[in-house]
Parts: sequence; structure tokens; C-alpha cells
Amino acid sequence: MNFMQFTGTDSYLASAELRDAVNVAIALEKPLLIKGEPGTGKTRLAEAIAQDLDLELLSWNVKSTSKARDGLYVYDTVQRLNDARFDDRDISDISQYIKLGPLGQSFRDNRRRVLLIDEIDKADMEFPNDLLHELDQMSFHIDETGETVTAEQRPIVLVTSNNEKELPDAFLRRCVFHFISFPDKAMMNDIVRVHHPEVEEELVRQVLIAFYWLREQTEIRKRPSTSELIDWIAALRRAGIAVETLQEKLPFLGVLLKREQDLEAISGPRQRRRPVS
Amino acid sequence: MFTDFLFHLRGRGLKVSLSEWLPLIRALAEGHARSDLSVFYHLSRALLIKRETDYDRFDQAFSEFFRDIEAQFDIDDELLQWLADPILPRELSDEERAALEALDLDELRRRFEERRGEQDERHDGGSRWIGTGGTSPFGHGGTHPTGVRIGGPGGGRSAVQVASDRRFRNLRSDRVLDTRQIGMALRRLRRLGKDDGLEELDIDATIDVSARNGGDIDLVFAPPRRNRIKLLLLIDVGGSMDPHADLSERLFSAAHAANHFHHFEHLFFHNCPYERLYSDIYLGKGEATSDVLRRIDTTWSVLFVGDAWMSPYELTHAGGAIDYFHHNRTTGLEWLRRFRERCPSSLWLNPEPQRIWAAPSVRLIRQLFPMYELTLDGIAEAVDVLAGRRANRSAEDTVESGWLH
Repeated sequence: MNFMQFTGTDSYLASAELRDAVNVAIALEKPLLIKGEPGTGKTRLAEAIAQDLDLELLSWNVKSTSKARDGLYVYDTVQRLNDARFDDRDISDISQYIKLGPLGQSFRDNRRRVLLIDEIDKADMEFPNDLLHELDQMSFHIDETGETVTAEQRPIVLVTSNNEKELPDAFLRRCVFHFISFPDKAMMNDIVRVHHPEVEEELVRQVLIAFYWLREQTEIRKRPSTSELIDWIAALRRAGIAVETLQEKLPFLGVLLKREQDLEAISGPRQRRRPVS
Repeated sequence: MFTDFLFHLRGRGLKVSLSEWLPLIRALAEGHARSDLSVFYHLSRALLIKRETDYDRFDQAFSEFFRDIEAQFDIDDELLQWLADPILPRELSDEERAALEALDLDELRRRFEERRGEQDERHDGGSRWIGTGGTSPFGHGGTHPTGVRIGGPGGGRSAVQVASDRRFRNLRSDRVLDTRQIGMALRRLRRLGKDDGLEELDIDATIDVSARNGGDIDLVFAPPRRNRIKLLLLIDVGGSMDPHADLSERLFSAAHAANHFHHFEHLFFHNCPYERLYSDIYLGKGEATSDVLRRIDTTWSVLFVGDAWMSPYELTHAGGAIDYFHHNRTTGLEWLRRFRERCPSSLWLNPEPQRIWAAPSVRLIRQLFPMYELTLDGIAEAVDVLAGRRANRSAEDTVESGWLH
């Protein structure tokens, strides 16, 4: 049983269910599709896997204009045309104008890579389907040179989605899926400890009570996420805010709430009615 | 028993096909469940369920199935039984058949038995095998060398307990018509067209022209294709719309968040648009409707959201406006007609169900605008019409023919 085991890293705490999902995806050589609220560390998971397993990470940030083929390779016709015009190089060798994309690169490399396909839902509806064949076979054909690139070491493929579009069923069936739920208080406490190891326990406790209370307020449109919580604690520490102050009011709320309407909704009397311990 | 679990999931409305089931069998046979029902719970969810909206249904099904048999359920025994006599559906899709062919079940069974024999011999002392309470960092209930809690969430609780927490209840899709869904429907509202402004290199044309020039490069530029939809959302905030305020607000925030429109604007009106449209109805801030009409043109789509429910004279009479202090010289119907003339691709979304669209005012408005229900299906239909993918299915025969161009 010598399959790779992802356990999380010092700065990335992975829950048991996430670890199981990652490891089974690696073992079965299937793409792992990750969804979850913004700020739950979807993209950072790829970095953590690469770091933990000591593999190189290749990232493909999908945009609305991305085409599936761009990830495999791009044929730089403009460069070739330019060279043809100015006689700089021998243009009969087309392969020098083939530039591999992140997916193509991860197949070509003879070492195993972690490939992150970030925010796949940003692209066109058909985009995931166009990738099916390549992800299944782990090989692709370069029409211009007649070359077929086949992965010797299948990359560990991680796909993230923000739910902007539904992904096609055929694509979903091939993936291992995990939804990162928002960390509960205990998990969040561990996460905070990683970033602020020397902060006093009572402060963290109070901060977490306030933070989860805020997230429950229905008036808030954009709920604060983990990264904002980390920043908030940093702000509180730098200003030397005492635990007792926190029971009175919530300073630096702007770090947590980015929309003016959210700030207004939560200011004043509401704050005083919140639970403090 | 495994087959029972598969059919139990299907019976609970989870569409689990063989393409998903076989990878789970493979994962179990290769020992990834580590004889631990909690891990089995994670694995089966990761491999069988592909949408977070199904998580809750899965949790319910899982706890129902395993509640009474959790203690005596032995994953390895069950797996061996299944592999000895795999019960498969009679009808297979092409994809499922391919999945079945890719997985040699006999081979899988052989290797599994081999490994099991090996495991029985050296389970306790070995460093290779993972077991409960072992020294391996991966076992259940152990402690990670770096101090990370392993165990299930909540520490040492059983899979059934975790599943019956129903942590994902709020993610169910059949509960709410949420902003995301409306946003997705609106996303289909794309009309790609040549745009002014920045140009990009047209490679095909460049090659073509350069070849004709005998190799002398002549770069050809073309405007990029962008979504050209300009959307004006006009929302009724009149009294009878109060019960629908939440719904309209969700439509609004979805449209607002869908940043793929070329332009997006929104204004409010009260029952029917007259001389002024409001950016903030309570403060009376807004602008003259004639200015709005001047700003927009045929490239805009106007989406009215309202129940179209009012006294007919509010539409047909000068001075019919419901606001006591407002005297409109031009009738409401005339204002609406101007919108339609200005932007032929305008339509109306009604939060009331179609079966109660019988009021005279509704009928009058439907003569001007095609009307759709403010539901996911209605929005999808309306969006298809706006994007030109579907001919306008006019509401009534009396609709003037000018509409269908």
C-alpha cells in the first residue's frame, strides 16, 4: 500500500473528510473537484498538497475566455509568421512554436505534478466537457506536429469551482467531489492558532463568539470568511485591544465586513444585544 | 448488503450510477476505507455524491441505513461478499459498461484477498498496515505527529452520529430559489457581438491576406466579441408587491452580481412607470423617465418586474397615478408603449402565478409585453427570448405583430 498520503501541512489544516477525499482521488487517479464558500481555502489546498507530497504545482487560472485547448498547448502562429517574414529562424520546425499549457506541461514532465485548474466555472459551459477525453486518457494529440503527448506520471488534478455555473454531469461523474464546509468553532480555533500562535486563549474565544454571531446575522450579505478573521485578530493585537473591550464593542469591524450596508446593519444597538460569552 | 446500500441511496433520490459505484468498490478493495465506517462515510460521499446540494439527502440515507447495523457492519466482509457475487444492474449505459470493462473485478478480488491474508498476519506489529489505534499517523482515533486532531469531526463520534447531524441541511436545492440559481439563469443572457474599442489580432484573416501578398505580412485586426447585453431592470415596489419584495430583491442582487453584462442599471417604480423613475423610492431620488428613454436604445433590454395588478385607470387615464400628490399628464400605458418602442426586446416578469393573471390591468400590459412568471423556469424562458434563442411566444393573440421582429 504505497500510495501517497496527504495529511495537511503546518499552515494548512485539513479535516479528516477532506484528507480522505484527497487521498482517494490520488489513489484512484481521478480529478478532485473542490467547492466551498469563498475563503475556505480551495486554492490553498492545491499548494498544501504540493508542499506535503513534495511535488511541483502547476496552476491554470481559468478565465471566461479560456478554451480547453489553451491548457494543452498553444500554437504561436504569430511568432512563426513573424519569423517567416524576417527570416530569423528556420520556420519549418513547427514544434518550436508549440507552447505547452499547464495541463500539457503536467503530462509532458516526467516527474509527477500537482495540477490546479482554478475556478473552472468561469469558462464557457462546454469547457469541462472539452477536457473529459484528456483527463480520462491523460494524453493529447498535437495536430500541427502529429505528436501525441502521454503522461508517464499522471498528475494529481485539483479542480475548484465557485458555483457560478453548473458543471456538466459527464464531468462530475469522473470527479471525486468534496465540498469544504465552513470550519466549525473547534476547527477555526485550530486555524487561528496556526496563524496567531501566541495570542491569549480568552481573546480567541471571545473573537470566535463574535465572529460566528456575525456570520449568523441574516442582514449581512457578504459574510466574513477565515482570511478576514485572521486579519481582524491581527488588527486587534496590533492595537492592543483587551478582552474586556471586546465584550463592550467590536472594534475594526471594517476588516470583517467589506460592504457599507453590512456595517450599518450591524452597528449600534444590535451589537450591544449580541451574546458575549 | 453493499448492493442494498446502493439501492437504498437510489431509493432516496440520489442518482448513483455504476460509473460512481465501481470506483468506490475499487477504493474499498484497495484498502482505503481502513475498515473504518467513518472513513467509509467520507469515501462513499466523495465518490458517489457530486453536488453539495445532495449532501443532506446522503446524510439522511446513510444514517437510516447504518443506524441499527453500525456495530456489526464489517466493510471487508461485505466487500468480499459483493465481489464474490457482484449484483449489477441489467441495463448499462455506454459509460457504465466502459467503467465495468476498465475494472477487472476478479483481479480486484484476488488482490484484495491476498492483501487481507497478509494483513491478518501482521496487522498489529507492522508499520505497513493502517489499523484502528495503530501507530500509523493515518488511523482513526490516533494523534497526528504534528498535533492535528484526526478522528471524525467532533472527535471520535461515529459515522452515523455525524451523518445524523445533517450539517448540510441548508445546502439543499429544493428549499429555496436562491440568488445563485437566478444568477445562473441570468448568465445565459449573453449576446455576443462585435464590440467597439480595443481590437485583437484576427489570425485567420492575417494569414489569408499575408498569403495573398506573397508572404508580406499584413496584420488584420478585428474587434473582440463581447457580451453586448445592456440590461435595465425596472422593479415595481408598490404595495401589492410587498409580499414579493424578497423575491424581487433576490432577482436584483443576482442581476447585480452577474457582472457579465455590458451595462446594468436598475430603477424602481410604483405600480406603473410615469414621468419619473426612482433610484430610491423612499427618498424620491430618481430621474425623468424621458431622460431614461433617451439614454437607452434598441441594444438595451428592459426587464419589468411587477405584478401588473392595479386599477385599469392607473394605466389608461391621465392623472391615474396611484400617488395622491402625483398628477401624470401622460397615461401609464403610453409610457409603457414608449419603452416598448424604444427597446423592442423588453419583457415583463410577474411574481404572481400565471393562473391568476386575469386582472384587466394584466391583460392590458400583456398586450404590450410578453409576460413570464418570476420563477426559475420563467426567468430561463425570458432570458432565452432576450438572447434571441427562442422566438417570442406571445401571451395573447392580440399582441401587436411588431413584437416578433
